[in-house]
Amino acid sequence: MKKTVISVKNLVKKFGSFTANDNLNFEVYEGEIFGFLGANGAGKTTALRILSGLSSPTSGEVIVAGYNAKKDPEKIKKNIGYMCQKFSLYSDLTIRENIMLYGGIYGMPKTLIIKRTEDLLDKLSFHEYSDRLIADLPLGLKQKLAFSVAVFHEPKIVFLDEPTGGVDPITRRQFWEMIYETANRGITVFVTTHYMDEAEYCNRVSIMSEGKIVAIDTPAKLKEQYGAKTVEEVFIKIARPDNRPHPLPSPSRLSGRGGNWVGIE
Amino acid sequence: MKRFLGFVKKEFLHIFRDFRTLIILFGIPTAQILIFGFVVSTDIKDAGVAFLDLSKDEISQKLSDKICSSGFFKRTEDLFNYNDINKILKRGKIKAVIIFEKNFGRNLISENKATLSIIADGSEPNTATLITNYITAIVADFNRELVNTSGAGAMLVQPEVRMFYNPGLKSHFMFVPGVITLILILICALMTSVTITREKEFGTMEVLLVSPLRPVQIILGKVMPYFLLSFINVILILLLSWFVFGLPVKGSLVLLLAESMLYILMSLSLGILISTVSSTMQQAIFISMIGMMLPTILLSGFIFPIENMPKIYDWVSSILPPRYFVVIIKNIMIKGTGFLYVWKETLILMVFTAVFIGLSVRNFKIRLE
Ligand SMILES: Nc1ncnc2c1ncn2[C@@H]1O[C@H](COP(=O)(O)OP(=O)(O)OP(=O)(O)O)[C@@H](O)[C@H]1O
Ligand SMILES: [Mg+2]
Repeated sequence: MKKTVISVKNLVKKFGSFTANDNLNFEVYEGEIFGFLGANGAGKTTALRILSGLSSPTSGEVIVAGYNAKKDPEKIKKNIGYMCQKFSLYSDLTIRENIMLYGGIYGMPKTLIIKRTEDLLDKLSFHEYSDRLIADLPLGLKQKLAFSVAVFHEPKIVFLDEPTGGVDPITRRQFWEMIYETANRGITVFVTTHYMDEAEYCNRVSIMSEGKIVAIDTPAKLKEQYGAKTVEEVFIKIARPDNRPHPLPSPSRLSGRGGNWVGIE
Repeated sequence: MKRFLGFVKKEFLHIFRDFRTLIILFGIPTAQILIFGFVVSTDIKDAGVAFLDLSKDEISQKLSDKICSSGFFKRTEDLFNYNDINKILKRGKIKAVIIFEKNFGRNLISENKATLSIIADGSEPNTATLITNYITAIVADFNRELVNTSGAGAMLVQPEVRMFYNPGLKSHFMFVPGVITLILILICALMTSVTITREKEFGTMEVLLVSPLRPVQIILGKVMPYFLLSFINVILILLLSWFVFGLPVKGSLVLLLAESMLYILMSLSLGILISTVSSTMQQAIFISMIGMMLPTILLSGFIFPIENMPKIYDWVSSILPPRYFVVIIKNIMIKGTGFLYVWKETLILMVFTAVFIGLSVRNFKIRLE
C-alpha cells in the first residue's frame, strides 16, 4: 500500500578510517515527512549527500526515486530537490533572477518558469521584493525562498538539511506550514533538524548517533516505547543510555544553533 | 544546452554586478596602458627635423618639401655633414634627422631604388616611434605618386630607420606584451579560481552539483564568460596600444589572437586547478597572487631580462607559463616573425594546459568521493 521512494540497505560511508555512516538501513514512503535527527557530527549531512547523488557510498545499496545512487546519480538528480545546510541562493542576484536561474537549470520550459515564478511571488507575497537583491532580505525570508526554489521544479523528493537553523520561531512555524503543504502535494520531504519540537511535526523520524541509526518510528510510537512525553526526552534517553558512559559533546558545539535544543547534560 | 545558457547568463550577472570584478577586468588594463600613454606626449605637430641632403637634386627636394608640408614636421635646420648629426640631436630641439644619400635622385632613376635614412631621438621612445612611422608613411605615399606619374615599374625610396640613444626602443615595446601577459593570467587564473571557490564557500556549489547540470557544464559555464571577456581585453589592449603608442602588430594578427586564446585557455585551466585545491576565496586569492602574479612579474622576463638572472631563477621561471607567452607575443608583435619561430613555446603552453586540466579533473573526482 505504501510506496517506497527511498530504500537504504547496509549503507556505509568511510572517510579514510573514520566511519561517518555505519550500516544504515531504512525506508521512506511516498508523500511522508521523514525527520532525520542526530547531534552534531552524527552523520546526517553525509547520508543526505549520498541520497542525493552528491557523493557515492563506500558500500551498501541506496535506491532513490527508483534509481541506484551508485550507478545512476544523474537520474536521481533530475527527480529531487535539495536545500543544503548553508544558505544557497545567490545574494548578488534578485529574487526573480534566482528563481528563474534554478528553473532554467532544471530544464523547465520558459513559459512554465514565468508562470510558476508569478505564482510563487504571489504565494509568498514577495511581489514588492521581487527585484531586490537577495542580500537585502532577512534570514527568515531567505530560507523560505530557498525552500520554494528547492521544490520549484516539482521534484518527487526534497531533501532539506537543517532548513530552520537560526530562524525565529514565527518564521519556523510558517516554514513548517510550507513543508506540510508540499507534502500534501505528494512530494516526499526528507528533513534533518536540530530542533526537537520540529520532530513532532514529522510522520516518522529516525535518530542517528555516531553514524548509526539508533531508533526509527513515528513520534508517537517512539514516545510510547521510551516512556517519554516528547521526542526531545526520547532523544535524551537514547543519547545517554544508562548502561554506557557517553562522551558528551561540549556545550560550545551545541550552542550557536539557536532554538530550544536542550542537549545532553 | 538551454540549461547551460541560463547558467552562463548568471555568471555574466555576477561579473557585471560586482564593481571590483569590473575594475580588475577592464579598469586595470586600460589604466596601465593609458598612464603609460599620457606620461609621454603623443601628439606630433611641427616636430623639428633637420635635413642632411647629400644629393641636393630635384627629387630629394621634392620629397623633403612633401615631408615638411605635411604639418607634422618643421624644417628646423640644414646640415652639411655627418658630424653635425650627433651635435644637433644632443641639443634636443630636433626630434629626427633625415638623410638623403649621395646621388639620391640618380640612384632612383638608374637603379629604381634609393635610400632615405631617418635617425630619431630614441630617448623619447614613444615620440620616436610615431615620428618614424609618420615619415615612413609619407615616403610610402611619395612612392605611390612616383609610380603613378612615371608609369614605369617600381621606383622605390627605401626608408631606413635608426634610433639614437635607444636603438631597440626597448622599454616601450616590452611594455605592451608584458601587460597582456600579466592581465590575462590575472583575470583568468585569479578570477576563475575566486568565482569557483566562492560557490564552494557559499554552499551554492552543492546545489549546482545536485542539479542535473554536469560538473563539466558547471565549470565551463563559469569559465566561459571569462574566456570571452579576456579575449575582448586582448583586443582592447591591442587597440589602445595602437592608438596611444602607434604600436602596430607587425606579424600576423590572426596568429597573435590564436596564441592569445591558447594562453587564455591555459590560464583558465590554471584557475580551475587552483580552485580545486583551495576551499576558501582567500586561499584562492593567495595562491593566485603569491603563487602566480609575483613570479610572473618578476621572473617571466618582461621587466627583468632572464639573461641577466642567476641560473636558479632561470630554472624557476622555466616552469612559469607566462615566460613562454612573452616570447611568443614579442616575436609576433615586435619582430613580426611567424609560427615557425614560436612553435616550441606554443607546444609548451599546450602541454601546460593539458596538465592543468588533467590535474583538475583528478582533484575534482577525489573531492566528490
Ligand atoms: N569530506 C569529509 N572528510 C572527512 N570527514 C568528513 C567529511 N565530511 C564529513 N566528515 C565527518 O563526518 C562526520 C559526520 O559529518 P556530518 O556533516 O554528516 O554530520 P552532521 O550530522 O550533518 O552534523 P551537523 O549537525 O553538524 O551538520 C563528522 O565527524 C565530520 O567531521
Ligand atoms: Mg550537517
